[in-house]
Amino acid sequence: MSADLDFEQSAIILAANVRRHIVKMVYSAKSGHIGGSLSSTDLMAVLYSKYLKHDPENPNWNDRDRFIMSKGHCTPVQYAILAERGYFPIDELKTFRQKGTRLQGHSVLGKPPGVENSAGALGMGLSFGLGIRLAQKLKGMQNSKVWVLMGDGEQNEGQVWEAAMSATHHQAAGLIALIDRNGIQNDDFTQKTMRSEPLDKKYEAFGWNVLSNIDGHSIPEIAHAFEWAITQDDAPTCLIFDTIKGKGVSFMENNPGFHGAPPDDEQFKIAMQELQ
Amino acid sequence: MTTVKSAATREALGPTLIELQNSGEFDLIVVDADLGKSTSARIFQDTYPERFFTFGIAEQNMISAAAGFSVMGHTVFATTFAVFAEHAFDQLRMMVAQPNLNVKIVASHGGVSPGEDGASAQSIEDFALFSSLLNFNVCVPADVIEAAAITKAAALTPGPFYIRTARPKTSIIYTDGPQFELGRANQLREGNDLTIIACGLMVERALIAADELKNNNINARVLNMSTLRPLDTNSLFAAATDTGALVIAEEHLSHTGLGAMCAHALASSIPVPVEFIGLDRYGESATWEEALELTGLTSAKIISACHQVLSRKMT
Repeated sequence: MSADLDFEQSAIILAANVRRHIVKMVYSAKSGHIGGSLSSTDLMAVLYSKYLKHDPENPNWNDRDRFIMSKGHCTPVQYAILAERGYFPIDELKTFRQKGTRLQGHSVLGKPPGVENSAGALGMGLSFGLGIRLAQKLKGMQNSKVWVLMGDGEQNEGQVWEAAMSATHHQAAGLIALIDRNGIQNDDFTQKTMRSEPLDKKYEAFGWNVLSNIDGHSIPEIAHAFEWAITQDDAPTCLIFDTIKGKGVSFMENNPGFHGAPPDDEQFKIAMQELQ
Repeated sequence: MTTVKSAATREALGPTLIELQNSGEFDLIVVDADLGKSTSARIFQDTYPERFFTFGIAEQNMISAAAGFSVMGHTVFATTFAVFAEHAFDQLRMMVAQPNLNVKIVASHGGVSPGEDGASAQSIEDFALFSSLLNFNVCVPADVIEAAAITKAAALTPGPFYIRTARPKTSIIYTDGPQFELGRANQLREGNDLTIIACGLMVERALIAADELKNNNINARVLNMSTLRPLDTNSLFAAATDTGALVIAEEHLSHTGLGAMCAHALASSIPVPVEFIGLDRYGESATWEEALELTGLTSAKIISACHQVLSRKMT
């Protein structure tokens, strides 16, 4: 088996494990954001398998890349990935959203190790990542990068565009925005609530390098996009992934009802069967 | 000892930042939102251009980026006008206060003293907003000497910090050098008949009031409460115990500022009569001194409040 196939196989297995964790966590907690976690599972699996420079044994390693979870409601996917990568015991995922847990409903900086930012209010992560990237540049950390994951609904926030404008102004190459374009926000489809398209042309107009229409559930396509992004050294880079909200569970897929609602007992059983 | 007779508290920022970076003890970053000439931060940019980043007229972006710089080990100063700092309240709450990051907000043009610019430019709610953010230290200098001392204290104190400075040139109070200590009121006049507690531009007015009261054989203690958070309850309770009556004066909405915080502390420990000098309305265009007059922020009003509170004082 070639190294590429090896990597693809391991990313597929990681994503499958993460999806099961997500559904279990949200079911057990009886709350949490399942749809946007499942839509970004594959790109997170590829990122944490190969492209993100990090060390679970030494989470505060100075030269690491920073992953900023700007869509801070999607903690299930982030915690599941971090646990699978060894940042903390997988068993701890059972404590998600419960009293005394480190696994808070929305991201809290440093809880658990590997969570690099506080989030929940949308639209702030790209600015935060920009500050980190500019500090990295000032310190000569040219080989480190900052990856910021946003939702497509999140693009409604005006601050995103403040960050987009200033990132090119300050020549923040090495800042990589990832947009999980699943087409659904809290209340409804993004096309109904607030049309944000054409996102690719908007980021291009702000001076970013953009790759769009990436199949966010194809491991090789995601990997190809990351390969391209890490070579861009003249401007910040935006990758727009086409994803399916609730991906992997038939009745959750592309269903606005599963943005922030947990499955009931019967739905949980079916979901776990489908994810086997 | 300074020979300058008057200066604006906002003028301390740029020179103090340069002094701090020159000391070699700090790894400063200064972020700005297109007001560096007015806040005096641009002076720092001239000396340390690589450590200065403007984010244009985009305060939410500036505050969030400041948080990003801080997690990389920098001591970050973010500067704008007080009203525009308010614009980024959610970012200050979630990106700075909750994770307790090392970001210092230095906001000039506080209070009604931006004067001619009118109500939209006059921040009369910033004490309330920043005091409501846990982990923040909140300070208001009474003059440019104290402003420099507070800026240094902010750099030395880990965690979030808010400093409100003022637009107009005002008298130097600390001609012999600063007395500032974070979390400690500074007593400027001794007295046991009552206490006037003030901050910012109201300190000078409190001193004038105290001097006039003295002519009527009323000895007013004057405290410069330049730290609002953490509130110096020791000095506050001592004033209540020793003098039995208080007047609290601030260039801020009366029901949510220094007076309200002092009253909250007193009510559960040493309730004594208190009179409040502060705002209950928005300001309007006028010279800065007229703006203070219009909104009742004068030494004459403080004197009236002193007589009022003395009439209520329990004997």
